[in-house]
Formats: sequence, C-alpha cells, structure tokens
Amino acid sequence: MASTQAWGDKRFEVMMGRLLRFGVVFAAGWVLAGGIHYLVQFGGAKPEYKVFHGEPGGLRYAHEIVRGAMELDARGLIQLGLLLLIATPVARVAFSVIGFALEKDWMYVGITLIVLALLVYSLCSS
Amino acid sequence: MSTFEFTILIAFGSLVAGLIGALTGLGGGVVIVPLLTLAFGVDIRYAIGASLVSVIATSSGAAAAYLKEGFSNMRVGMFLEMATTVGAMTGAYVAASTPTRAIAIIFGIVLLYSAYSANKPPKDLLTDEPPDRYATLLKLDGSYPTSEGEQHYRVRHVPAGFGLMYVAGVLSGLLGIGSGAVKVLAMDQAMRIPFKVSTTTSNFMIGVTAAASAGIYLHRGYIDPGIAMPVMLGVLAGALIGARILPGARVRTLRLVFSVVIAALAVEMIFKGVKGSF
Repeated sequence: MASTQAWGDKRFEVMMGRLLRFGVVFAAGWVLAGGIHYLVQFGGAKPEYKVFHGEPGGLRYAHEIVRGAMELDARGLIQLGLLLLIATPVARVAFSVIGFALEKDWMYVGITLIVLALLVYSLCSS
Repeated sequence: MSTFEFTILIAFGSLVAGLIGALTGLGGGVVIVPLLTLAFGVDIRYAIGASLVSVIATSSGAAAAYLKEGFSNMRVGMFLEMATTVGAMTGAYVAASTPTRAIAIIFGIVLLYSAYSANKPPKDLLTDEPPDRYATLLKLDGSYPTSEGEQHYRVRHVPAGFGLMYVAGVLSGLLGIGSGAVKVLAMDQAMRIPFKVSTTTSNFMIGVTAAASAGIYLHRGYIDPGIAMPVMLGVLAGALIGARILPGARVRTLRLVFSVVIAALAVEMIFKGVKGSF
C-alpha cells in the first residue's frame, strides 16, 4: 500500500511554510507601523469600547480599507495589515491546490478548491 | 485611562497570554476574550473580533516550524477543513443573532472543558483494526517519522470526526477561538490520529477556520483596529517567545496553574452571563 503521507515535494512544503511566516511578519510589521501612527494621532484620547457601535463602512470592506490606507488614515492602515493577515491562510490553501495538482491527486485538488471557494465567499460576501 | 495606556496594557496582557498559551499548548486565544471583557470592560463582540485575528497570527506564524517536522497530514487537514470552514461560517452568522450573554455562557463552558482536557496526558490509541472504508477512499491513512523509522497509522471513524470538526468550526466562529480542545477530541479520540500528527495538522486548520469567520466579522464591523492591533501583536510576540523557550521548559505546573486561572475566568463569564451583565 502506497503511503499517502508524503505530500507533494517536501521542499514545496517548507517553501510554503516560509512564505506563510513571511506573510505574518510582513502583516505584523504593517500593523505595528499603523499602530504607531495611530497612537501618535489618538494616544491622548479616551478609549471607548464598553458599548458596541460597530466599525464604520470604511473599515469593513476590502476596497474601502485599501482606500483608507492609501490616504494614510491610521485606522485604515492597521485594518489593511489585519486584512493581509487574514489572507495568509487563504494563500496557503491556494498553494495547496498547486501541491495536490503536482501530485496529480485530482480528488484533493477538488476538495481544496471547495475549501478555497468557501474562504473566498466568506471574505468577499457582505 | 488614555488610549495610549489602554493599548500598552492590552498589548502586555496579550503577550503574557500568548506566551503561556504557547507553553501550555492551550493557545493564547482562549484567554483573550475573558481578558478584554472582564479586565478591560470591552464589549464581547470587539473582543471576539480581536481574538480571531490573533488566532490566525499564531497559526500562520507557527506553520513554518511545524511543516519542517513532517508530522502534519495535509489530506486529513484539507478534508476536515470542509467541515470546519462551513462550521465557522455558521458560527459567525449565528453569532449575529445570539444575545451576548448567551455567547458569554457558552464561552465559559468551552473554557472549562479546555482547562479540563489540557490536563489529560495525550495517549495514542493506535489500533490494528482493518482499514476504515472512508479513510481508504479518502486516502487519509499515513505515517510519520520517529527515531525507530516510519510509524504508520490508520484513521478511524471518519464521519464522527467530520461531524465533531463541524462543531469545532461553529465554536470557533461563534467565540473567536481556535477550539483546539474540540479538535483534539475529534482527531485524537474519534479518529485515532497520533497526537504528534493531530497537533501539527490542527495548527494549520485553526488558521484556515478562523479566516473563514474573520471575513464575516470584518464585514459586520466587529474587528476594531484599535483593539485588534495590540492583541494581535502581543499574542504573536508571546507565542514566538514561547515557542523558543518551550524545549527546555517544565510546563506541567504552569499548565495546571493556567488551567485554574482559565477555570476561574470561565466561572466568572458564566456568572456574569447568567446575571445579564454582558
């Protein structure tokens, strides 16, 4: 019985792990930069989180977040970093499609595409 | 208290949570929501949004180390992801129409279970039973490297594991946690996957599961940059430090102490939830 454990090329896996870590480090650095900008701007204000208001539309949708960040809005910059972070596991699933395709395991290419579709749907639907 | 002090205090608290979470294997996410709601008076919806983001950070941050070890089973992970992502989306949708006090009570119960299950020593339940029909069909059986060569294992009870994973996903989406404890229940207890394989595989799954509900939380305005920023940076830093000192650390006492703390937080969340102060 063939072992099914060896998933694709081992080097491919290690490369993917590095890519993920790079994604996290990059997102964290981005959030940190936005956070410093945020504290410089709003550090003296009074925090108000006891009552839930929900974020304004500009911090809820990808295209709005990107626009806010381009205008160097501190909260928009942080939110873009968080969006990048949320995208890292999605990227990993997308790369797994390639990994299974290299193995010619079409059943798992299908399963992975289903997971990817669910993720994309939840990120893009509103 | 100014926003500056508030941010620094939350970052520090999250760092400690991430550090202890990594050392004990309980994960930092489980204490973030109680920390933010009970100690800082943050609304539980903002707390769950921030916690979810930190769960993704630790999962993706640890993936590089785990992938090198060669323990994780990508087929098991991806197959079960179908259950956890659908579950996470269900949980995130349900969260919108669930009263916050009910969420607090459910959170407390899951915390109590996590504290209990973390103190049970992991035990592999390898069997010589004939191959499971679904496991064969889905090519889930695998092997992992040990000092005595490759150790093969068979995956059991696939439908039960799949169902439990859906539940783990719902809890993750509803409460903003990784639900590692339920994943252990599904993979170790039901599916009989060796714990070295299940721990590393579930680390990968936790990030994907959390990402599935994070999008919904973001659209709903639950993810606040002012809170998520210090929580995510703190937990990530704590988890990375924890992973570095883990090999030499004696964690049994720490795990026990942390479990007692978690249990106390759980009781307070349930109490406040019942009283209606959430």
